[in-house]
Amino acid sequence: MNLSEKPPIAPVGPVLYSNSRLLDPASGRDERGGCLVEDGMIVALGPDVTVASAPSNTNVLDCDGHCLLPGLIDMCATIGEPGAAHRETLVSIGNAAAASGITTIICTPDTDPVVDDIALVQYIQQRAELLSAVRVQPMAAITKGLNGEHMSELGLLAEAGAVAFTDAARAVTDATVMRRALSYASAKGLLIVQHAEEPSLALEGCMNEGELSTRLGLKGIPAAAEVIMIERDIRLVELTGGRYHVAQISTAAAIDAVRRAKARSLPITAGAAPHHFALNETAVGEYRTFAKTSPPLRTEDDRLAVVEGISDGTIDVIVSAHMPQGVESKRLPFAQAAPGIAGLETMLPLALELTHNGHIPLLDLLRTMTARPAELLGLPGGRLVKDAPADLVLLDLDAPWQVDASRFRAKSKNTPYDGRPVQGRVLRTVVAGVTVFDAQAHAEAAE
Amino acid sequence: MVPITVSLMTGPARINFHHPHLLGIEGLSASEIETLLDLGDHYVELNRRDEPAEPLLANRTQINLFFENSTRTRMSFELAGKQLGARVINMVAEASSIKKGETLLDTAMTLNALHPDVLVLRHRDSGASALLAQKMDCAVVNAGDGSHEHPTQALLDALTIRRRRGDLDGQVIAICGDILHSRVARSNIHLLVTMGVRVRLIAPPTLLPPFIERMGVEVFHDMHAGLKGCDVVMMLRLQTERMSGSFVPSAREYFHYYGLDYAKLAAAKEDALVMHPGPMNRGVEIDTDLADDINRSVIREQVEIGVAIRMACLDVLCRERGKARKQNTEDAA
Repeated sequence: MNLSEKPPIAPVGPVLYSNSRLLDPASGRDERGGCLVEDGMIVALGPDVTVASAPSNTNVLDCDGHCLLPGLIDMCATIGEPGAAHRETLVSIGNAAAASGITTIICTPDTDPVVDDIALVQYIQQRAELLSAVRVQPMAAITKGLNGEHMSELGLLAEAGAVAFTDAARAVTDATVMRRALSYASAKGLLIVQHAEEPSLALEGCMNEGELSTRLGLKGIPAAAEVIMIERDIRLVELTGGRYHVAQISTAAAIDAVRRAKARSLPITAGAAPHHFALNETAVGEYRTFAKTSPPLRTEDDRLAVVEGISDGTIDVIVSAHMPQGVESKRLPFAQAAPGIAGLETMLPLALELTHNGHIPLLDLLRTMTARPAELLGLPGGRLVKDAPADLVLLDLDAPWQVDASRFRAKSKNTPYDGRPVQGRVLRTVVAGVTVFDAQAHAEAAE
Repeated sequence: MVPITVSLMTGPARINFHHPHLLGIEGLSASEIETLLDLGDHYVELNRRDEPAEPLLANRTQINLFFENSTRTRMSFELAGKQLGARVINMVAEASSIKKGETLLDTAMTLNALHPDVLVLRHRDSGASALLAQKMDCAVVNAGDGSHEHPTQALLDALTIRRRRGDLDGQVIAICGDILHSRVARSNIHLLVTMGVRVRLIAPPTLLPPFIERMGVEVFHDMHAGLKGCDVVMMLRLQTERMSGSFVPSAREYFHYYGLDYAKLAAAKEDALVMHPGPMNRGVEIDTDLADDINRSVIREQVEIGVAIRMACLDVLCRERGKARKQNTEDAA
């Protein structure tokens, strides 16, 4: 039995999550209490919300002191639909997300066909509504067909439900195209998301350029390819006032550039993927294609800069950067292998490493996957407050476990973390008041 | 005629090499390299005396799988295998299903079903032989992978130098040319640095890989300065497609600054040895008269030593496999 398969049964009457550690990164709330949910919304929460105070028909779920936090919002994941359902489907990605505490997936438009038309936005929304255990919101292409030339219908796409705009794994290289996209988007407050890599410097590169790439005889991508693109774009943001977001930042120099731009109050934000703070380039070691990513894994100094960037708020959001790849595109010589990590199911535990090893306080960390992405994308979720949608995660913060790729719910299992010991296990995931994942029921079903 | 079987007693006393594959020089110790060179020396002598080597590879199958054109390396491996009594099968990419889109690993799995003992691989991608080694049950010998390594070439270069100079330790050796794309250069750097050689690299900055100085070498951009006092000059081939403005402005400019001629060679020691892995671009990286000089002196020797060093490599790898086999049989019993 797979509980996260649709359609789960909506509870009758209110549900009380009692005896929990309430965590709301947006307000800084961290206290013992209960959370009362009705009709898919949070109707009351706090220390006074107890079994005694709840209406008589309430279903009570004792949280046993575990953390109750807003459902995570993953601002960057690639899904296979449409066009590559063999890699990932809305069903598989929904199940994977639900089991990992992610209640909203923001997906990239590099599908086949490309999401550059309102019909595609609607198609994904409708299919996700029907098939996916969690909310799925598409980003749309900045340029038609991701060709880097002609602007897509940014306004109409946004009205249809596109939450942001990106050319996914392709950088918008033409400065005029980027200038106009930022300029046009600024009138409507739309967010432009850039894959920050100057392609003429990344030419055929497949890993970080440095001593290791020299030893392995692999073509490298210099750190400068990232910072050059970001510094150019910062100038264009200055020129246009458009809202600009770096999808995944990976180098110390680029983080520094963003930090300086923020100090000047420019509307610039950045995201980072767990592999850029949980791994460095040495993971590529003996030509391990599972550690091939775009942008590539960088040096230890860069990794530390990413941690520092998250810590001081230069990096706003942590994203899974889920990029499903089948064995056929990974079991190849390194240069030929496709980049990407199936990151959905390891995003939260890897991020929690930063808290467990004392780098980042828990609420600050959770903010990067809840309130902050909600804010950037204008979504109602990401907060644990009265009248917010009841997208919730019940988390056993300290539970130790080992990553096991064979137990991934995602269709593609391309992970470099197989066997890695982590801490923090999702016990239950709730979307709009409906439980879409229950670890206990899952464990029982598995037996 | 009674075939004289030369036992190992006449070869190096101790074989210190315990790897299942030969994927690169990086990671080999000085004594392992020494073992291969000593055994190579032994086979040079044996081949010269025209005595048949002990058929150490009798009933063994060696597959030469070449995805890039290479006549001399493939023939050298073929001859080496045959000298040791192996069944040698040559597979050339053009003629096989690889052309039909079969992946490297699928090809490997098919070949694995033939139960070879040794697979010799030449491939355009760095790491291809490491990938195959993970999936094959046999010993894998890297005969050149992308810009990564070409270990047998480095071993034969080293043995050539050692035979001429008696010892590698303390020699000053310059490697000149397209180091960025060269697997020969990387293998040579690893080997020579491990053996105590002072290695100098001479190339324009665009043909040097980043952080190469961290591999224990001195970097020069000027031939005269770099060649000063050198015992050996190793020239690398510069491929024509890299000469037209992408890495260097032109073949003419390249030859002017980095081509080896008698004038530049004068900076090196008087008896400096000049080597080239071939095939040479006359008038691009080497003056044509000088090339003919080298042809007379070293090339023939390098070909001969190439076969011997590959015999040494096949020999040690099959010994390792023999041990593993024996171990398996004992374990099973």
